[in-house]
Amino acid sequence: MTDPVDVLIVGAGASGAAVAWSLAETRMRIVCLEQGDWMNPAEYPSSGRDWEARAFSDMSISPNRRKRETDYPVNDANSPISVANFNAVGGSTILYAGHFPRFHPSDFRVKTLDGVADDWPIDYRMLEPYYAENDRMMGVSGLAGDPAYPPKESVMPPVPLGRAGTAIAKGFNKLGWHWWPSDTAIATETYDGRDRCINLGACSSGCAQGAKASTDITYWPHAVRAGVEVRTRCRVREITVNGDGRAFSGGARGGTPRMNRASGVVYYDQDGVEQFQPAEVVIVACNGVGTPRLLLNSTSGRFPNGIANSSGLVGKNLMFHPYASIQGIFDEPLDGYRGPGVCIWSQEFYETDPSRGFVRGYTYEINRGRGPVATALAGMFSGRIPFGEGHHEAYRQLFSRIAGMVGICEDLPEEHNTVTLDPELTDGHGIPAPKVDYTLSENSRRMLDHAVARATEVLTAAGAKDVITEAPIGVGGWHLMGTARMGTNPERSVVNEWGRAHDVKNLFIVDGSIFVTSAGVNPTRTIQALALYIADSMKKRLANLFD
Amino acid sequence: MDTIATDNPFTTEEQGTLLGLVGAVIPPSAEFGTPGADDPAIAADILATARPYHAAVAKALSQIESTAAKQYDAAYTDLDAATRARIASDLSRSRFVGVGTLVTITAQCYYRDDRVMQSLGMEPRSPYPDGFDIPQGDWSLLEPVRQRARIYKEV
Repeated sequence: MTDPVDVLIVGAGASGAAVAWSLAETRMRIVCLEQGDWMNPAEYPSSGRDWEARAFSDMSISPNRRKRETDYPVNDANSPISVANFNAVGGSTILYAGHFPRFHPSDFRVKTLDGVADDWPIDYRMLEPYYAENDRMMGVSGLAGDPAYPPKESVMPPVPLGRAGTAIAKGFNKLGWHWWPSDTAIATETYDGRDRCINLGACSSGCAQGAKASTDITYWPHAVRAGVEVRTRCRVREITVNGDGRAFSGGARGGTPRMNRASGVVYYDQDGVEQFQPAEVVIVACNGVGTPRLLLNSTSGRFPNGIANSSGLVGKNLMFHPYASIQGIFDEPLDGYRGPGVCIWSQEFYETDPSRGFVRGYTYEINRGRGPVATALAGMFSGRIPFGEGHHEAYRQLFSRIAGMVGICEDLPEEHNTVTLDPELTDGHGIPAPKVDYTLSENSRRMLDHAVARATEVLTAAGAKDVITEAPIGVGGWHLMGTARMGTNPERSVVNEWGRAHDVKNLFIVDGSIFVTSAGVNPTRTIQALALYIADSMKKRLANLFD
Repeated sequence: MDTIATDNPFTTEEQGTLLGLVGAVIPPSAEFGTPGADDPAIAADILATARPYHAAVAKALSQIESTAAKQYDAAYTDLDAATRARIASDLSRSRFVGVGTLVTITAQCYYRDDRVMQSLGMEPRSPYPDGFDIPQGDWSLLEPVRQRARIYKEV
């Protein structure tokens, strides 16, 4: 057994980093266990000539394709959308594009406004100061004044429009539709030890320049300097409860007997040796698939169906964001392989309009272009570039001439969309792997169809001569939400309104699994704002945290 | 350069089929001054890159030979380039996994070759550390959007 700690965090990704940094000021002893490694940006794909190929192998967004020692497999055969993630210090922020939108105020009141799903127990105004704090820590680039949002400031100027953004903005203007420079977690100026973006164009394979705000280079250096310990290559098998759920006879540092307390975690260290780490507080930050997997693997006499699962909702209500890809082929050369993928967004169709035939809405996020290999594959597999004769002529009609957008659709919670434990599949330590069962809803299908149709209008107005579409994007499960939802009713939620498990008073969850609804935007900024909010809630209650 | 690496798991027959396929899929171009994917340096890259996927690729190559024998009563490598390309295209469209893998690897290796990149106007280098320049673009396009009233819903 290792020395007891005050706070044990499982997972060093977007939320684990934020909560660790925030709690560090309490001077408690904080340890974070991370199954992955510290990444070396010098080894990221954009440092090599094979930068596009590595997105298909060791830097793939799919753990099943990547198969690093630090990954765990996911059985997502029964889902039209497969899971994307990354396991390292920094988590999936290592590979995310850096799209960094906030939720809208309406996203927290879906039941009240549209009669579907549930309202959140918190709202935009409560999160607003934590959004702002997170913006400073991550370094957000953007432009104030977006009519699609309540007023908010940006830390740095926006990324360039470039040729692609200019062309597509003209299309939106012709139709009179909203667009705005995207908020991005990409430094456009030197910021907090990070250099500015130099348009490498490979953001989604890791940023060798360090301009993209992955948490290994934002929160973690500050947290580590403040005393937080990060142990890498440590894979947690289960959260334990004291005395198998019987009366707790005092914490590792003594204390008042309490019921249903987590006593720590069992994990495998970097040598594969099983360890027990006792802790006063356990915080889970493994996101929407990893968190329910860990909770469901944590069975005991008190919690035979998994810890914190008296509601039966752990692993249920899985939400992805179904994505539509709509790419135009233009006559003139655009940005191609240059520049960050992020550019501008449109929220013309974000809020509910019943005349559209679906509730809630979506965001368009404009893609700048593609690399030479991605161009070839898009052309060859869509039949636009022939095999053999004519290959080169057709290729040159597409190279640097593809630009378009994705529609990121709000996914509503449905209990039949689940993360469970696979009865056979395990990771390298023999721990049962997650199994995803997911069905695209009729509301999502209609939203995707709408997104494809309207984007085709935009691209045509912008001058595109042809449009390539895919909906939903199959390898597009970047956003994993809802599988340990928050709420005030213990029968209808897993954690309370400040992230504490209803069933276990020293167990907290701070990642995307606590989302009640998904909104129609990327979740990372909200995940981190929530983590900061929960950390602040804990700090305000330190004297009676377990009451 | 020796096109047939001695430490690769592909048999001589498999290598022959593979070279016949990649050369048919991406032929050389006199117009653009580019090699075909069966160019010795590119083919060596393809063989090396395909090594971890040997099982799937070998299965695909076997399927290709079977198709050639069934449809044309000939070895795949004895067919003309257009026929070889058509067989590869048909199998790719039928989502035969190994063929898709092989086509993907072919594109990965071909479009990172110095000669090919230069023919496209690219500098033959990695993106980092020099990066790239892109123009700011026309920010005046934002003016009509700035004039809009808020479009988010207050709650």
